[in-house]
This record gives sequence, C-alpha cells and structure tokens, in this order.
Amino acid sequence: MKYLSEYRDASLTRAVLEEIGRTARQPWVIMEICGGQTHAIVRHGLDQLLPREIELVHGPGCPVCVTPLELIDKALAIASRPEVIFASFGDMLRVPGSGQDLFHVRAAGGDVRVVYSPLDAVRLARENPERQVVFFAIGFETTAPANAMAAVQARALGLRNFSLLVSQVRVPPAIRAILSSPGNRVQGFLAAGHVSAVMGYWEYPPLAREFGVPIVVTGFEPLDLVQGILRTVQLLEAGQAHVENAYSRAVTEAGNQPAQAVIRQVFEECDRAWRGIGTISMSGWRLRSEYADLDAEHRFDVSGIQPIESPECIAGLVLQGRKKPSDCAAFGGLCTPEHPLGATMVSSEGACAAYYRYGRFADTAA
Amino acid sequence: MQGPVCPVPLRHDEQIVLGHGSGGSMTHNLVRNLFYAAFDNAPLLAGDDSALLDLPAGGRLALTTDSHIVAPLFFPGGDIGRLAVCGTVNDLAMVGARPLGLTAGFILEEGLLIATLQGVIESMRLAAEEAGIRILAGDTKVVERGKGDGLFINTSGLGWVPPGREISGKNAQPGDAVLLTGPIGDHGIAVLTARGGLALESDVLSDVAPLNRLVEALLSSEPEVHVLRDPTRGGVATALNEIARQSGVAIQLDETGIPVNPCVESACELLGLDPLYVANEGKALIVLPEARAEAAIKVLRSLRYGEGSVQIGVVRAGPAGRVLMRTAIGGTRLVDTLAGEMLPRIC
Repeated sequence: MKYLSEYRDASLTRAVLEEIGRTARQPWVIMEICGGQTHAIVRHGLDQLLPREIELVHGPGCPVCVTPLELIDKALAIASRPEVIFASFGDMLRVPGSGQDLFHVRAAGGDVRVVYSPLDAVRLARENPERQVVFFAIGFETTAPANAMAAVQARALGLRNFSLLVSQVRVPPAIRAILSSPGNRVQGFLAAGHVSAVMGYWEYPPLAREFGVPIVVTGFEPLDLVQGILRTVQLLEAGQAHVENAYSRAVTEAGNQPAQAVIRQVFEECDRAWRGIGTISMSGWRLRSEYADLDAEHRFDVSGIQPIESPECIAGLVLQGRKKPSDCAAFGGLCTPEHPLGATMVSSEGACAAYYRYGRFADTAA
Repeated sequence: MQGPVCPVPLRHDEQIVLGHGSGGSMTHNLVRNLFYAAFDNAPLLAGDDSALLDLPAGGRLALTTDSHIVAPLFFPGGDIGRLAVCGTVNDLAMVGARPLGLTAGFILEEGLLIATLQGVIESMRLAAEEAGIRILAGDTKVVERGKGDGLFINTSGLGWVPPGREISGKNAQPGDAVLLTGPIGDHGIAVLTARGGLALESDVLSDVAPLNRLVEALLSSEPEVHVLRDPTRGGVATALNEIARQSGVAIQLDETGIPVNPCVESACELLGLDPLYVANEGKALIVLPEARAEAAIKVLRSLRYGEGSVQIGVVRAGPAGRVLMRTAIGGTRLVDTLAGEMLPRIC
C-alpha cells in the first residue's frame, strides 16, 4: 500500500536498528507517549529487536485508559436512560465502570450506538428529534477538533437534543506530571505523531529545557518508530535536550491552525482527573461557558456517583511508565480482555491489551 | 371470500405480511410460487414432512447447521442467500464431505418486499446449482415488523464423507504446512462498507463462494490433507487458533506471506482493523505435510476460487495451542483470538 509499505520496509528498519545499536553506549529509558505507538511497537516486535541498552516504557497516551472511572459511571447512568441515544467510539464500550460496561447497558435495553465520528452523533440527533443524543467526547488533542466541531454544528443547527459528555485530556501536562514525579525514570520522549499533527510541537521546547529531556515527534510505522528512537538516542548520547520532528510528512511546528481554532472556540483548559494517575493541573479541556448548555453532566443529574476501582489493577503505574503490564500479578490471569480489571486491558491502545494480544508471555518467547 | 385462517383481506403479493406465516393458503402459495419454483427437486416437491434420500454405502454422514444474519441483505459480491448456501456447503466441505442436500429455514419480517425475497431465493438457487447441491426441505415463519432484520435464514446441510477420509481440526502435526486459498478480509470489508455510515467507499467484493468442488479436486490429488477450515467470522487468526488448540500444536506464520488485497488493507488501516480477524466466506485454510505443499498449491491454483493459493505458515510442536507470527521486520508476536467484536479504535 502506497505511503504505508515504504514505512514498513524490513531492510531499512533493520539498518536503523543497527544504527541505534552503534549509537547507544549506555542504557537509556525512553517513553513512547501514545498507546497507538505502544501497540505498533509490540505488534511489529520492535521491542524484541532493540539493543539491550534501550528500554521503552509505555506512556499514558491511551484515551480510553485515562478516562476517569467516575465519568464512565456517569456514561453508564446516562446511557441507561430510556430517552437517551448514547453515541460512543467503539473502544469505550468494553471499558469497565465500577460495576458494568456499555455493552451491559446495551444488553439491558439501553440505546448505545458506535459511531466513527462525533458528527455522526449530530446526525443522529437530527434524525431523532424526540430522543436525547449524548456523545461521549473523550480523548486527547486528536479527537478534540472533531468533538468541538460537533458542538459547533449542533449549535448552528439549533439542536436542543444533543449534548456531550466531555473528558478531553492533553499531552504536554501529562509529560510534565511524569517528569515531576519522584520515581520518574524517563530520560527521553517519543511525542505522539497524531497529537502533534493537530497541535504542532511548539509546546515542547519549554518542557525539554526545564527537565533536560529530548523530545522527538514520532510516527507509527516501524520505520517511523525506529527513526524516532534513533534521534532520541543520538540526542541523549550528545546530551542535547532538544525537540525534533521525525514525522515531518504529517507534522509541522505550528500544527493544524483551523483545528486548534475550533478547539479554542469550544473548549477551555481545566484540571482533569486521569484514571489511575490522579488529577493533573490544567491537563484537560472542558466546554466553555458559551457551550455549557451542551454539557451532558448538566443536562442529566449524574451527581452522587461513587466509583469503585479494582484493587488488583496497577493500570496507574503502567500508564506512568513505572510498571510493565507483565509486572502485574493479575495480568493474563484475573485480568484478561474478556474480564478486564482496568481500561489498559481493553483499549486497542492500552499497554496491557497490547502485551496480552501480541503475546508477551513467557511461553511465546521466540 | 378468504377463509378465517388469513387475517388479511386483500391480496398481498408485494410484501410479506403476517398472513404469509399463518400456515394457510398464503403460506402455501408463497412456498409453492417462490421456493418450490426455485429449488425444484423431487424429494422437496414430494411435499412430505421430511425429504427422503438414498444413501451411498459405507463412509460417514456429516451434518451441520448455520444461521445467517447480515445487514445489508445485498452487498457487493453477494447477498444473504448466497451466503446461506455457501456457508453450509463450505462447513460440509471442510470435513471432506460431499454435500447431499440442504434445508433452509426462513424467518421473514412483516413488510419485507416479496421482490427482495425473490432476489434472495434466486441467488440461493444459483449458488446451489454452482455447488451441485439440492435444497431439499424448508420452513417459513413470519415475525412482526421490528422483530426481525428483514430476513434471517438458517441452513442445515447433510453430507457424505467417503471411506478413508480423516479430516479434522485435531489432525495438524509438526512438520505440516499451512496453506491459504487467497487474499483475506474481502467479505468483512465488503459488508462493512456496504453498511454505510462510514462514509467509506470501496470496490471490494465479498468472496462468498462454494468451495466443495475445490476441496473435492484437491482431495482427489492430495488425499493426505490433515485439516481444512474456512476462516469465516473471526478471520484467519481465529480459525488458526482453533486448529492450534484442537491439535495441541503451534502454528508459525510469516507476516509478509499473508495475502491481502490493497483495498482491504487500506480500509483496515483507516478503520483500525486487522485483516487477520476479518471474515472470509470463500477461502479455505489447508494443513497437510509440508512435502505435499508445493503440489497442493499447484492443484489449487488451477481451480476456481483457488487461484490465489499460497503457503502462509508451518506447524510446530510448541508452544502448544499458540499461533505465532514472524513480523515483516523480524520480530515475533502472538496472534491471539479476540475477546469479542473487533472494535474500531478512537484515533
């Protein structure tokens, strides 16, 4: 496939891997922020091919995983209401709340629909004027523009039966939180390519300078990933805390300006709770007061929800890069994709799901 | 005057009404005019409660059943009728059985257009003709509007396995080769894009096809086949996991060797799906001694629906029950079964 097979070229990828091996003279810990990158790394087996010096730790960039339990419980409560059509990205349906997930709600008669785009949810609201359509607007900077656009369109269409249950989060404050945490081991970052395609990478140089870490914007195919790792290792070995772009075919420094404009129009920064991690200051977006009438948390009374997190789950430590999924006692036993204890075992971007699906078990070691 | 059996006073020959399921004259006419006309054969037209068949001596009988639900009913490359015939014919073929006959049970939703039903029946007739199989018995029920998705079809199949054929998912052995009869994922992507709502268009056609003639021709020149499996729902990954578990062996795949049509590959990339888990309805996985692989591929490629046959992997002793894949860049990963539906990812 054009623009894809080139970036999966085995001989080029191996050549870059060898170059990483020649460059790395001491051990380095590098975090890939994005769960999509975690999956690509494990799926293609890159983690097995890197030189011993390079340890990849997996970051919090899984939108499903960091959506707070309380909000999932709110989603379940709203989706159970008879007047509601609850529209969600498919990934969210199996994420466990305190007691059940959206699949359970659907089986019990709730009208839960999978949409590929928030604008499909707006269309549902137009087509079903007698129903309340609620879209589960979660995600990082990647989903924010389309989610914001849904609010703008719903407003333009004068829809009174459309609302958003919002949990938008941002990458740079998460990087800051990881680097500020006392147990931090991360020495360099692969910044998420898709997030950077929207936001650019102008937010990173202050972080790189303040904490003395290199940050390299990196894509998702094997060749992209090894290029990003190589540049990070080169910067680490040279002692340079620079920001570089190794994904220039998709990312510019300024990012996508119209996308950023619609985000600013609809959302404002706020503190956000991250599942498994806790509240990170100014790490998310909420609807601006001009759009508050589209806020599902106001439209439906969902206060008083008391979330209960599984005590076995170490997803928080996994999301901070402090533990590997295989370090968890529940991994693959108590906690499987069929019976997930935490969101990291569910999502196609969750690190535990990647380890499980692509078989990071002892008996499959090649 | 109509009798009291049928609550519908007017003639209804454009769409299905509840009266078509009453068992009265409307049912009778529907069966006679649509089903008997299309599936015309002596055991069926005898009109008794069961069709009667003469059996070959020796060998074993194979019996299978499958219910078919698909939206939309018609999709590029096929429809629910062709699917219902091919699905069951292929289930018979995958144990080395020669199909003797099918039954077809129809659950019709009130309001279904008769023309739609006719189209489906015609398609079943053609598929049965292609497979050389008769539809010997049937049933029709009508459910109220909103209680069915237009049309559900259950087909059961009876087949005969000639003496000496031992084909089963538990027969894969270390040293066997794993063959695949063509590119994967066509059916799943064709149906997904035909469903609309994705704003995604493609030229992908479903591969839905009867494989019994291909299997018969293969077995006549390569009788040492150990396992046959059609990778339908759950795709190649799920089918291979079943074989690995049943046989207590490992299956080792090579990522670069698995054929995927470019359109399917693109659609999967866009939607965040893995073609290994996408459904096929006209492909077979074949496990046989590696020494016979080359000859088998040669035979398969000369056959209809086998033109794209390749070897995709080998069977090893362990780790038992696992499917492993050597990735294009030289890593190894597990190819697991999915917990549930494959869910589109967020970003």
